[in-house]
Amino acid sequence: MRTLRFLLRKEFRQIFRDKAILTLIFVMPVIQFIVMPLAADYEVRNVNLAVVDNDKSTYSQKLVSKVIASGYFKLQGYNSSFKEAFQLIESDKADLILEIPQGFERNLIREDKQKLFVAVNAINGTKANLGGAYLSSIIGNFNADIRMQLVQQPRFSQFPVIDVVASNWFNPALNYKVFIVPGILAILVTMIGGFLTALNIVKEKEVGTIEQINVTPIKKHIFILGKLIPFWILAMIVFTIGLILARVIYGIIPIGNLLVLYVFIAIYLLTVLGFGLLVSTFCDTQQQAMFIMFFFMMLFILLGGLFTSIDSMPYWAKLITRINPVRYMIEVMRMVILKGSGFQDVLPQMGVVSLMAVILNGWAILNYKKTN
Amino acid sequence: MEEKVIVCDKLTKRFGYFIATNEISFEVNKGEIFGFLGANGAGKTTAMRMLCGLSAPTSGSATIAGYDVYSETEKIKRNIGYMSQKFSLYENLTVLENVEFFGGIYGLTDQEIKEKTEELASKLGLKSEMKKLVGSLPLGWKQKLSFSVAVLHEPKIVFLDEPTGGVDPVTRRQFWDLIYEAADRRITVFVTTHYMDEAEYCNRISIMVDGRIEVLDTPANLKKQFQANSMDEVFYQLARSAKRADS
Ligand SMILES: Nc1ncnc2c1ncn2[C@@H]1O[C@H](COP(=O)(O)OP(=O)(O)OP(=O)(O)O)[C@@H](O)[C@H]1O
Ligand SMILES: [Mg+2]
Repeated sequence: MRTLRFLLRKEFRQIFRDKAILTLIFVMPVIQFIVMPLAADYEVRNVNLAVVDNDKSTYSQKLVSKVIASGYFKLQGYNSSFKEAFQLIESDKADLILEIPQGFERNLIREDKQKLFVAVNAINGTKANLGGAYLSSIIGNFNADIRMQLVQQPRFSQFPVIDVVASNWFNPALNYKVFIVPGILAILVTMIGGFLTALNIVKEKEVGTIEQINVTPIKKHIFILGKLIPFWILAMIVFTIGLILARVIYGIIPIGNLLVLYVFIAIYLLTVLGFGLLVSTFCDTQQQAMFIMFFFMMLFILLGGLFTSIDSMPYWAKLITRINPVRYMIEVMRMVILKGSGFQDVLPQMGVVSLMAVILNGWAILNYKKTN
Repeated sequence: MEEKVIVCDKLTKRFGYFIATNEISFEVNKGEIFGFLGANGAGKTTAMRMLCGLSAPTSGSATIAGYDVYSETEKIKRNIGYMSQKFSLYENLTVLENVEFFGGIYGLTDQEIKEKTEELASKLGLKSEMKKLVGSLPLGWKQKLSFSVAVLHEPKIVFLDEPTGGVDPVTRRQFWDLIYEAADRRITVFVTTHYMDEAEYCNRISIMVDGRIEVLDTPANLKKQFQANSMDEVFYQLARSAKRADS
């Protein structure tokens, strides 16, 4: 289509002339990629540990030094009674108590079995629970036959990390990044695509240039396509940059097929850009568009399953996530990148996102009025 | 009989309870330069946007180049050019790029675009400015450029909303040369202005007061009717009665 060619040429000229947008597109991903995984890191170091060693045997000392040597714990007290250790928890100096019972060594040797006691400070829940998990795995490694009992029911089952991390239990620090980075890439692409599209059209309204377009016989869907295609291409580039960065910085190489990923992204972006377009048809100023986009982006991201697992959300929130495109994107990113899922596996998500793309873009075209 | 390119009957636009344009009726002949006068807030822009298919009328009827303003807006748009009150070419594109873009949108061929560009460059004396960003041009040039873009596709009618607002007298003269040239090519010119010397250049003028057209005639007849020496006086006598205090 000839008209479309002119629209695209004009749009690209404007984009490449706009330093702010270029910065947004190429610098923001790099910065976010370096900063966000650090901030959103669930890695726990320096778990404060109090040890109550009632056995004071070679074995018990070996165990303690092994725990400390793991690097995740800081020994806060080597106490003689549980009561003393508990005071450390109460004063928030310790997150965990490891109690080694009397006769630990003897029973271990004689009966091949021994129980350890771990108490978790639930105030700093994440830290203590993770610490508990580390501890149990270290002890598990120390002696497979040692059984451990946790005082507080650990919430591991609710942790979003479990099915991915389990295979690599002894390097959880690395796994959190592996888990978080694809999600951050998903959000990045969503934000850049959505905001750029919404703000671009509203800016034309604000400056008044859209009036000069509306007074031409241009077809509505051609105009919308002329806005959609450039930002679709830009978002694809950002996504590609992100994938490369994920590989270079975090060593994340998608296990699954890149083609699956790109096909999904291509459709997903139509949804996101369609949403941006729709918002722009409702707004007259960039400020309005900004607020509305922020509102929805916050919802999409908070309910996207990146920071809070969808499984642990209340029922009503779970329902909302079903109409949240970001949720599907994050899911598919993790499935393809971390699990190696193929076309068949992501078909349901693809279906939902395609439907959303059709609805949002159709709505945007209907709602874009050349005559008002 | 003269061919009527704008026929307007009781055209009205309301914004809520406010009637911006109140039952205006008039006709404009082909090739005519029609001056559409009125004080600030009288409703000129509102009326013009309805005639261009940018705004849907509340009631009344109008045809532009034979097409209905309610149902055939896209056909109207193929036959008109419009220069809005607010400058609305792309400031971050060069002169050349703007011309190319709007030429392309109106369906001109590459060859036509090339010819138009050269013609425009020499006519406006913009040869050395063609590769400059439009935003960096002085206002007078911007306005002349806007006009040239509005008639790029040789429309039947061109609507000009205060095209010379804020422009210096010399440039205003040059601007009116462009208007006359267009009229010579049988393009009908529908123009609003606040300058009464410009009103004198029009074949016929209407004067709007508070959303209504109060008078419509040739400048000479109006002066006679109001026993005035100048259009200034005519305008003053009419506009004095306006209730609307806008801007
Ligand atoms: N979208 C709108 N909503 C509400 N009121 C409007 C709207 N557009 C215009 N008006 C009002 O309608 C009246 C006529 O406005 P209009 O812009 O048509 O006047 P004008 O004759 O072009 O004035 P000016 O010489 O200042 O350009 C004004 O009082 C204006 O405030
Ligand atoms: Mg006006």
